[in-house]
Amino acid sequence: MTSRAALQWGLVAAAAAFAAIFPLVFTSELVTQIAIDTLILAGATAAWNIFSGYSGYISLGHAVFFGAGAYTAGVAAQDWQISGSAEFLLLPLAAVVAAVIAVPFGLVALRVRRHTFVVVTIAVFFIFQLMAFNLSVTGGSVGINAPFLGWAPATYNNPFYYLALIIAAGTTALSWLIRRSRFGLQLRAIRDDEDRARGLGVRAMRVKLAAFVISAVVIGMIGALWFFFIVQVLPQYGFDPLLDLSIALMAFLGGLGRVAGPLIGALLLEPGQQYLTLHYSNSYVSEIILGSLFLLVILFLPRGILPFAEERMASWRGRHADAPGTSPGGPPGSGQAPAPAAVAPVPGAGTSGPQGAPGAGRAR
Amino acid sequence: MGRELYRAVADGILGGGVYALMAVGLTLIFGVLDIINIAQGILVVLAAYLSSVLSVHLHLDLFTGLLVTIPVMFITGVAIQWLFMRRLRGRERTSMSLLASYAVMIIIEGILYLSFGPDYVSLNAWYVTSTVRVFGFYLPYIYLFGFGLAVLLVAGLYVMLYRTKFGRSLRATMQDQIAARLIGIDVNRVAALAFGIGVAVTAVGGMVFGATNAFNPNSGYDLISRLLAIIILGGLGSIGGAMAAAIFMTTVEAIVNIWSPTWSVVVFYAALVIVLTFRPNGMFGRRAVRAQ
Repeated sequence: MTSRAALQWGLVAAAAAFAAIFPLVFTSELVTQIAIDTLILAGATAAWNIFSGYSGYISLGHAVFFGAGAYTAGVAAQDWQISGSAEFLLLPLAAVVAAVIAVPFGLVALRVRRHTFVVVTIAVFFIFQLMAFNLSVTGGSVGINAPFLGWAPATYNNPFYYLALIIAAGTTALSWLIRRSRFGLQLRAIRDDEDRARGLGVRAMRVKLAAFVISAVVIGMIGALWFFFIVQVLPQYGFDPLLDLSIALMAFLGGLGRVAGPLIGALLLEPGQQYLTLHYSNSYVSEIILGSLFLLVILFLPRGILPFAEERMASWRGRHADAPGTSPGGPPGSGQAPAPAAVAPVPGAGTSGPQGAPGAGRAR
Repeated sequence: MGRELYRAVADGILGGGVYALMAVGLTLIFGVLDIINIAQGILVVLAAYLSSVLSVHLHLDLFTGLLVTIPVMFITGVAIQWLFMRRLRGRERTSMSLLASYAVMIIIEGILYLSFGPDYVSLNAWYVTSTVRVFGFYLPYIYLFGFGLAVLLVAGLYVMLYRTKFGRSLRATMQDQIAARLIGIDVNRVAALAFGIGVAVTAVGGMVFGATNAFNPNSGYDLISRLLAIIILGGLGSIGGAMAAAIFMTTVEAIVNIWSPTWSVVVFYAALVIVLTFRPNGMFGRRAVRAQ
């Protein structure tokens, strides 16, 4: 294990320990509520990233699964009269329903690529939102209310916090495993050149669909959890176009197709967004700020924080590692030579693999 | 029944003209720049608000107001291209441009909410309220005027694209950007003008849309999802396809509307999904408009 890997594991362990005791230290309801929202979005973004980040198919329709999960939990809890903690047993059901929706959705949408794919996901999203408004089972524009939980207010948020934490951490671990696996390699091959990957024997449709369903399952569960937490689902919030955008923004900000990218993006953005919404009672101002922030990220940090930081680190290390070792007779600028070389072979956003950083031992 | 059907078809065709105009702008931008301008819907709403401000505060007639709104929207389009889209580079440019224009859309939506609030607005003039008898049923004059104007402008765009030197350089850029650059076309200028023209048509679209529908800043979502469905169905980058698809979609919607107003919108998207299942490149799409 290199020192870098040790450092990474240490960071992961420290973050996990911090996250585990967080609600015991910060007992304010507002703080834990923001933490839950952040974890919900971190989990959803990590799940989205497994599909969109690795395969390069940008989906703006994953809110379909979020809403489907929320409505499944709502309708099931209502019809079967489930109440109390037993309602969390409905999470797997929400996952199954999301998967059942994801298979035909994926079979149609994944036939097309690039722009057309994005637009098809948006179209399917609107079909679902309209259905939520118009079908009788969803309660129309009145929505569905969740069963009442008679928990003590002081610790009310804690079970939600830990469930959201488990889902977010589990999804990130899954994302890490997938990235290291043959399956992840096939996904990234599809992103880089789908026709060539197909030529090399990747069963592209099967691989894409599998990733699509995995991300749908997780987001379906998260939708159900969100519903129990918010205690109500309305069509415009269950199927929320801003959710799609937030997820994409967080993944882009952190680093598209990176394991830790979604976490970084969600941790930076969601508390900030919550703060803005609280600070300006007017949600329109926070909408303008969110949009402007998004534009700034795309224009100035198009590949995300993580790849950008790694590049900086690599060039910094390159400079410092070489400085004492270079022969005295060498040209003065030679110490800086590795820096551009480490940066140069990286073309677009979210490129795969080790970025040429010294000692970056990540499996490709 | 038969009478209702005629009426639905007439509604669909007359309403489709305006959608055709807006969609042609969108598909033109795609063809030249390889960008889908998600902000097109909210720009239509912005233009509708501009028309409303001009008519309420300056008492300009809606059609006279176009003399102001068309240049304003043109400049807005050029500015969006110049400030944001031009700067996007690299392999992920396509998806980045989608997200960037989505961000522009959210910003404009927020600004419209701040300035005008969430209340519904509609445009007023004598030709909006008084009706004319066409084929045995009554329609507001604006449907006819709007359709006529849309046809005129689409024809004008057609002449510009196929009969002028600028149109030729624009089509050359659509076909192959590098080759166009090599034969001396200023691709950046063509791109900025194409974006400007593509957005300028929303001035007319917004005015007619605002005169035939009540709108608020949220209407942008509905508009853009329809426009996207139309240009994908017509085949991305195909101008004739966008026109045909616009008329087809609005007619189908109007016909379903006879039975169930709530489901007619779903049919709109369902038609898209069904067509794409059998023809992934749309009805009139070329195979692989541009290889990645």
